[in-house]
Amino acid sequence: MSILGKLTLESIPYHEPIIMVTLAVVAVLAVAIAALITKYRKWGVLWNDWFTSVDHKRLGIMYIVLALVMLVRGFSDAIMMRTQQALATNGAAGYLPPEHYDQIFTAHGVIMIIFMAMPFMIGLMNLVLPLQIGARDVAFPFLNNLSFWLTTSGAVLINISLGLGEFAKTGWVAYPPLSELAFSPGVGVDYYIWALQISGIGTTLTGVNFIATVLKMRAPGMKLMQMPIFTWTCTWANILIVASFPILTALLGMLTLDRYMDFHFFTNAGGGNAMMYINLFWAWGHPEVYILILPAFGIFSEVISTFTSKRLFGYTSMVWASGAISILGFIVWLHHFFTMGSSANVNAFFGVMTMVIAVPTGVKLFNWLFTIYRGRLKVTVPVLWTLGFMVTFTIGGMTGVLLAVPGADYVLHNSLFLIAHFHNTILGGAVFGYLAGFSYWFPKAMGFHLNERLGKAAFWCWQIGFYVAFMPLYVLGFLGMTRRLSHTDNPAWNFWIYFAAVGAFIIFVGIILQFVQLYVSFRDREQNLDTTGDPWNGHTLEWSTSSPPQFYNFAKLPHVSDIDAFTDQKEKGQAYQRSADYEPIHMPKNTASGILIAICITAAGFAAVWHILWLAIAGMLGAFVAFLFRAYGNDHDYYVQPSEVATIENAHLDKVVRGTA
Amino acid sequence: MLIRNISKAAMVIFTILLSGCEGGVLDPKGQIGIDEKHLIVVATLLMLIVVLPVIFMTLFFAWKYRDGREHEIYAPKWAHSKMIEIVVWLVPIVIVIILGVITWGSTHDLDPYKPLDHQATPITVEVVSLNWKWLFIYPDLGIASVNELAFPANVPVNFKITSDTAMNSFFIPQLGSQIYSMAGMATQLHLIANEAGVFEGISANYSGAGFSGMKFNAIATATPEGFDAWVAKVKQHKQLLNPDSYQILAKPSENNAVQYYSSVSEGMFNHIVMQYMHMDSAMEMSPHSSHSSSEHGETE
Repeated sequence: MSILGKLTLESIPYHEPIIMVTLAVVAVLAVAIAALITKYRKWGVLWNDWFTSVDHKRLGIMYIVLALVMLVRGFSDAIMMRTQQALATNGAAGYLPPEHYDQIFTAHGVIMIIFMAMPFMIGLMNLVLPLQIGARDVAFPFLNNLSFWLTTSGAVLINISLGLGEFAKTGWVAYPPLSELAFSPGVGVDYYIWALQISGIGTTLTGVNFIATVLKMRAPGMKLMQMPIFTWTCTWANILIVASFPILTALLGMLTLDRYMDFHFFTNAGGGNAMMYINLFWAWGHPEVYILILPAFGIFSEVISTFTSKRLFGYTSMVWASGAISILGFIVWLHHFFTMGSSANVNAFFGVMTMVIAVPTGVKLFNWLFTIYRGRLKVTVPVLWTLGFMVTFTIGGMTGVLLAVPGADYVLHNSLFLIAHFHNTILGGAVFGYLAGFSYWFPKAMGFHLNERLGKAAFWCWQIGFYVAFMPLYVLGFLGMTRRLSHTDNPAWNFWIYFAAVGAFIIFVGIILQFVQLYVSFRDREQNLDTTGDPWNGHTLEWSTSSPPQFYNFAKLPHVSDIDAFTDQKEKGQAYQRSADYEPIHMPKNTASGILIAICITAAGFAAVWHILWLAIAGMLGAFVAFLFRAYGNDHDYYVQPSEVATIENAHLDKVVRGTA
Repeated sequence: MLIRNISKAAMVIFTILLSGCEGGVLDPKGQIGIDEKHLIVVATLLMLIVVLPVIFMTLFFAWKYRDGREHEIYAPKWAHSKMIEIVVWLVPIVIVIILGVITWGSTHDLDPYKPLDHQATPITVEVVSLNWKWLFIYPDLGIASVNELAFPANVPVNFKITSDTAMNSFFIPQLGSQIYSMAGMATQLHLIANEAGVFEGISANYSGAGFSGMKFNAIATATPEGFDAWVAKVKQHKQLLNPDSYQILAKPSENNAVQYYSSVSEGMFNHIVMQYMHMDSAMEMSPHSSHSSSEHGETE
């Protein structure tokens, strides 16, 4: 084999005009962005203040930027799929051959779940959770930076697959034996394996980090049952991450051994058994959807209680409902394959367990309702997302319980009914939640407000687009249309397929409006500054800091004696107090180790995809050396002097006084 | 009984709403499919008991308690009510218990492995998913066909299903349940057509490039004689399915035309299943171990 392994000039898909045009556009954009950064001399800022930052708030923002970039990529895939299906009716071939179409639906799933929803969720958690518990950072700030770069490393690999080689043609679940060498000899599945493996390890580390943060770094006085509800739901999600992601790591490891070293875990031949992969995949995959949705539930709770100017109804119920969902989420995985031939007892058990999850979820919905009850609901953009969610998610929950009935699943499994259901919950649930959180915490993160009108317009496009795009899929599922078809030949389906395509374009307008909103809000930021740090009259501690928060978060750690800690402070007249005796604040220093390790790991992952042995070894070695330097270094922290703290705090409090006067 | 009646009433409404739904799972032509449609309707109605009030209350509360309606009661510190908590936990619990009972019973009734209770003698069809076509072997008749399946209406059909490629799912939407086809093992499915017709059959699990074209017609003939005529037609095609011709058939092909084999060598299906088991051919590999003993009893 050559020095570049399987990599040759033929690996570039010249003959695919769609890909080449995409690459050209990406290249032009990259050059333009690089030129702008050079022109405004921002490379130093980018490196020193962002890439090497261990500040959870900056990492949070970078996660969300990554999520938005990948949203564009994943949504382009969605638009291409919907157009392909709309053009390929009545036996027409459409414009995408199966080799390309099959990569697109695989990439769409992987990107939207692993590289859009996960970074979005983890970004919001990074941004908000330490502030909510009155901490100055997470437990392990460097690890947090490393987690981000490992996630980015996975995203980089999946994007490289667009221009070099191919991506998996297996569906996002990559079920063997289809994903084994016998059926997928190309590099696509290898890109899948390494992109998920590397980012998955980053996610596991995030889970560990935030559990430690919540257990050890809460502000003095804050009991576990006084943590803000978003912090609680994130904590449940982190417990799920730590419990389930190792399954994915091991599973991908086994598939790697099958593909690289001729093992037979899941192959047809040699005593392999694909059913084992399918079980393990969903033993991770089902908790994964709760990892996505639980923090979103927390966001809705925060939004509702803030904008009704009211305490959250049934806090204790909410915490335990989330816990029940987390635990039950681990014993329902088999409902993803009722049609595999398990006995009636097994199928019935997993069906009933799945329905049981509807109980705590239903309780949550009622608790949100009774939070609105006798409140003063301000219908802002985050509230619109929340109301939209409550209606949409209820429908998604209903179709989910229907799919949990094995007898119904026997005819609905793998149909477009299923596709409609999980978009109903993941898009109408999790993503609506992240977008609510995005507009809710944006002033906190950036120091200025988002344009309200454009935000509302974007919401309506998403909301209407969602129904137009996905309700037809329920109908198509009933009409017997299965998923992942590259072309169809059934006149009864045509109308609904066209209908769904229109919906995708309405959502497209919504996404464009959101980017326009970002641009307009940034342009007009001077008129929309958030000077007080508390634009919504919030309940929790993140609103007690300036916007954006001081890099050390809290000059003095707050003492907490209530769930709504900041409301409590405001009511007792303890908010915005000046102090004469600040103490030195112990802070972690920025470090380049995280990004250096991730660059080496990306190189190693790329090398593994293409079987370039020397580069794989060099990459792993480089990562290890970079880690050793970090581990044996001792210049990791510093103290912020009281005088500097006083200057920053007084400047902020002066602004608060001017802002409220 | 009550549930039956509610379901019948709802069925009428559903039929009107989805009158365009011809050919799908809401237009079943076999007993399994009919039962599954009933189940879908009943479960949906039960859930609507909670779902409709929640949607209504969301919109109503959001309207009633919106900012600016100063005459409405405002209770900023009200965050707990034992009564409401009990109700919001109990209502979903009760509905889930009812649904759970229905689920437990229906899952056993509709178990794809359960032979149908019917006076007619069932016919056996062995199904093999290949890249990218379906092979149907009639072991009792010694014939086989590709991408076309036939059986008489009102006669139970016992399917034994395997794969000689990636996993697929054998599915005739209008007759009901689907089941995966997996290499090295045999799954089972029991279906019946209540009336004559030609129903579309598909693979409901993505299996690679030619997957979209992996379709077949399932022909339910009106009479046993009609089926006999189909068998006679197959027998006119003097093609033999043996391990050699099977190797040619198993090569990847897309949008395969219908093919007939007038004779099939003995134990062909077993040969296809067991080719992956050469290390330990005595080992029984069924995903459904509780049924594996009965599987032998009824087919051999």
